Amino acid sequence: MSKTWQTPGGIHPPENKHQSLTMPIGELPIPEKLVVPLSQHIGAPASPCVSVGDKVLKGQKIATTAGPISVAVHAPTSGTISAIEKRPIAHSSGMSAPCIEITNDGRDKWIKHKGIEDFKHTSPATLLEMIADAGIAGMGGAGFPTAVKLNPGFQRPIDTLIINATECEPYITADDALIRERTVEIITGIRILSHLLGNPSQIIIGIEDNKPEAIAELSRHIDGSGISLVPFPTKYPSGGEKQLIYILTGKELPSGQIPADIGTVCVNIGTTYAIKRAVIDGQPLISRVTTVTGKACGVNRNYEVLLGTPVEHLLKHNEFDREACSRVIMGGPMMGFSLTSELVPIVKTSNCVLAPSYDEIASEQPAQPCIRCGMCAEACPVSLLPQQLLWYAQAEDHDRLEAHNLFDCIECGACSYVCPSNIPLVQYYRNSKGEIKKAQKEKIKSDHARERFEFHKERIELAEKEKEAKRAARREAAQKAKESTTGEGSSIDIIAAAKARAAAKKPNPEQQQAKLERAVESAQMRAQLAQEKLNSAKANDETEEKLNALSAAVTASQQKLEQAQARLAEHV
Amino acid sequence: MAFRQITSPHAHAPQNTAKVMQLVIWCTLPGLFALTWHFGWGSFINVVLAIVAAVVGEAIILKLRKRPLRFYLGDYSAVLTAVLLGLALPPLAPWWVVVTGTLFSIVVAKQLFGGLGYNPFNPAMVGYVILLISFPIQMTTWVTPLALLPEGVTHPDFLQSLAIVFASASPVDGVTGATPLDSFKHYQGLTVDQIYQQNALFSEATFVTVGWEWVNLAFLAGGLVLLAKRTFTWHGPGAMLLTIALLSLIFWDGGSSQSPGSPLMHLLSGASMMGAFFILTDPVSSAVSNRGRFIYGVLIGMLVYVIRAWGNYPDAVAFAVLLANFAAPFIDNYTLPRTYGHTNRRRATEKSEG
Repeated sequence: MSKTWQTPGGIHPPENKHQSLTMPIGELPIPEKLVVPLSQHIGAPASPCVSVGDKVLKGQKIATTAGPISVAVHAPTSGTISAIEKRPIAHSSGMSAPCIEITNDGRDKWIKHKGIEDFKHTSPATLLEMIADAGIAGMGGAGFPTAVKLNPGFQRPIDTLIINATECEPYITADDALIRERTVEIITGIRILSHLLGNPSQIIIGIEDNKPEAIAELSRHIDGSGISLVPFPTKYPSGGEKQLIYILTGKELPSGQIPADIGTVCVNIGTTYAIKRAVIDGQPLISRVTTVTGKACGVNRNYEVLLGTPVEHLLKHNEFDREACSRVIMGGPMMGFSLTSELVPIVKTSNCVLAPSYDEIASEQPAQPCIRCGMCAEACPVSLLPQQLLWYAQAEDHDRLEAHNLFDCIECGACSYVCPSNIPLVQYYRNSKGEIKKAQKEKIKSDHARERFEFHKERIELAEKEKEAKRAARREAAQKAKESTTGEGSSIDIIAAAKARAAAKKPNPEQQQAKLERAVESAQMRAQLAQEKLNSAKANDETEEKLNALSAAVTASQQKLEQAQARLAEHV
Repeated sequence: MAFRQITSPHAHAPQNTAKVMQLVIWCTLPGLFALTWHFGWGSFINVVLAIVAAVVGEAIILKLRKRPLRFYLGDYSAVLTAVLLGLALPPLAPWWVVVTGTLFSIVVAKQLFGGLGYNPFNPAMVGYVILLISFPIQMTTWVTPLALLPEGVTHPDFLQSLAIVFASASPVDGVTGATPLDSFKHYQGLTVDQIYQQNALFSEATFVTVGWEWVNLAFLAGGLVLLAKRTFTWHGPGAMLLTIALLSLIFWDGGSSQSPGSPLMHLLSGASMMGAFFILTDPVSSAVSNRGRFIYGVLIGMLVYVIRAWGNYPDAVAFAVLLANFAAPFIDNYTLPRTYGHTNRRRATEKSEG
């Protein structure tokens, strides 16, 4: 047994994992319409490469990457593109975002695809391209583009590959079920990763000890592979990347850095399965294992769900009882977000749909005052003082919040979980983070504006000084000239010369006429345009007010035309 | 169709403030029992009287502040303050002493500062100190422990006690006397052994002081339950008791005529245990981090010992706690824990760059 390190804090909420593990991973009939969001990952949304009416095959790319941090999107089944528009998506704010809707043709016909058998003799660059092309983003939660994560660059050699099989959130068993049933594929995926990263010296699968079956399966298959399996005591939130790195290696990820900075890459175990499918089978990421659970569902189990399947479809096939359901959560009870619509589709990061009853997760209780009991600080996995953060968040004291390391908060919710006063602490922190970021942006902006203004002022002052200097020089020159000349002859000369210059500046009559003719022409045009506008407005039954304004414009333009014509006549 | 939008986390531990307060109240019961056993019905009457005054006082203020009564009274914080003050007051104190102190605790020290969670000072101790300064005679008259009552004399029964408290009936002679800490202070020029021999409060004791040792042990027991239930960490109480023990050991002086008393006497007399586990652990007015609470505990321990040994008052937990309350925000500024991913602890007073 390998040594593990213990993180501070943490909580032990009821696990509630057994309910969804009584049956193997199931499959559901394909819904009539699939709604595939363009953004299922962190980074730029993919840009569609199909249009409404196009016929697509299962696995066909329907949106390509847009920028360096972005992933492609593929058709989960064959059918017709029936809409490309904004739809409600899986987001904590309940917002809508661009999605591609596919109307299922019932054939579920794959596009031609081919993987490679011998990945060991394929260059990392090619493998990375395959992974990027398959649209793989981290499937544990955040959805960071995997190909980007696996390409940390020369300056950051990787010596440790961590496979995250922790699944520390209560209720969720998607990874557990996947490991039990598809161990061989997962191990292949890990081997591909290892090859891709230049065979790091340590490959560790970190898993909580509440998954004995999965641990047994994995340990049966990793013999002699150089992969070490490290079970550790169950505690929420051990599956956080920072926590897991510390538990397995004893190293802390310095604040503001990424794991690659300390030679570590951390990949969710579900993602390794997707990588195997992409590389060996040539199949893009179009489905994932999702847990459907909670007492408001009559059936609790894991499904291999096509991406884009509406949550409604999952609930419908699991004897969902609306009346009994306190809220529908995408993700787990600690970090998941409540859905405002059943139409939200399953995406690459959707590991769970939780429909708890009221006795599992009660309605929110009104918050009582904070008594600074410190239970939150005891539960915090990163050693913050949540009670102080709350105090300063309410006071909007940004300096104090930053001094108390607000930005190191991972929003795991352990503090709110234990809070006897039911204070929505995490919500305060999210809000404060947003406020501080906004204030910083505004400060940068106002700094820019100030700099610009100061530069402008300086420039004007400089120009003014130059002008003043020139004026002084001219005055001096004039004075000198006055002193040097005598008699009146010279001044008459000056007047004559000025008259000659003025005459020279006057345009000749032909030019003048041409100019006036042009003026008449354009005045005519304008008058005509105004008349047309008035006519069309009349035809459209516009309001009287608008008609009056337009007819006034017509009159004005006609007056101008007359004036121009008069001037031309005068000249001729 | 739409569901309600609620932010994470959705799950919540089956814990609430009222339960925490209730648990603390339950854990004072051994102390109350020991007080009643050794000193008669006085403490029990104090506690009941204080609870009534506190709840009525809090309700009136909540009404004035237009706050929902049931929601705020239901947190049991007023009851807890009342229980603690009632336990701290001398048994058989006149009713108006108890009521005045309680109302001052609840109305001035707590509600005028904004209610639960916003009081910078421990309300029970504010009430106690106000009484101690205003009514020194009533506040320093203690009941003689059961074991030391003269032949044929017992503590007044419940009804007699009520008469003493409400109708100023005088207790029988010999029923009231000084506390051990008080008497210890009044012996000049005697060694500790001589004092112990001369005063039955010490000579008849099982460990060190008759009656008081059991009261302190009872509060210790209740406190350990709270510690086991993780209502608070060991840092505050541990630091206070350790500091008292250490200082009394350093100045013990072998029990000479200059000695302020043995460590055991200091730990098992007065309000040591009640202060350590029930007063100093009030989270609202104490320091917040574990390190901060340790320092806070050390500070209280030092102040308690210094005032007991060289000050004018026999006991000092109330003063020490209030003085440390002043220092708590300052301690908080310099005792932030080291956050994951940071090499150093930060100070709360650091300014962000730019």
